[in-house]
Amino acid sequence: MSDKKQFMFLNRRAPYGTIYAWESLEVVLIAAAFEQAVSLAFIDDGVFQLVTGQDTTGIGMKNFSPTYKTLGDYEVRHIYVDKDSLEARGLTQDDLQVVPWEDWETEETVDNIVEVVDSDKLAELLEASDVVFSF
Amino acid sequence: MSDLHTVNKSPFEKPSLDTCLRLSKPGSSILLYEDGVYAAITGTTATDKVASALADKKVYVLEPDFKARGLKAERLIEGVEMVDYAGFVDLVDACGKVQAWL
Repeated sequence: MSDKKQFMFLNRRAPYGTIYAWESLEVVLIAAAFEQAVSLAFIDDGVFQLVTGQDTTGIGMKNFSPTYKTLGDYEVRHIYVDKDSLEARGLTQDDLQVVPWEDWETEETVDNIVEVVDSDKLAELLEASDVVFSF
Repeated sequence: MSDLHTVNKSPFEKPSLDTCLRLSKPGSSILLYEDGVYAAITGTTATDKVASALADKKVYVLEPDFKARGLKAERLIEGVEMVDYAGFVDLVDACGKVQAWL
């Protein structure tokens, strides 16, 4: 049995109003550094974390949204976004960041690992994970 | 003098906006800030609630919080007024008291 576990980070909060989004990102980067298989899911208000064009100059907080597009470099291979949550908020994939990924050894590339998925698929992914971290 | 009601929670996560709209009197002013700004955009499950409230209440949204979240000005609900921090202060000054819906 492999000692590499499937980690799923479940993000359900909007950025800035609470610290959850930023804290999740910090833990994701740590987990990835320990060479675990890390996936992220954005559900409910969590989908707002990936919205492009965030500009925090007026609120005196760090804009941490550019970090998401570097996640592919930290070997995060899957980012899932809940379709129902997007639709309830009037958003589409076009409103979200693009996160590229490349395998350094095989040179396999994926233009965008952000994938919009339905409830059935999400339920399947959550159950298939070894550990789910909730934020 | 009518009160200023403030809402800083997402309308998709908490009932703060719903309760504010239900318990604020006609003529009141409502300021959406922090995660409350998500209530100010078109095309969401909260849009109709705010659009209806505009019939007899004034609704404002704090611009720095709106921009921080990457929301686009073209998606602002028609009739909702954008204010900056100075505008927030003016509202507090002009209204009777501040009722916060946390």
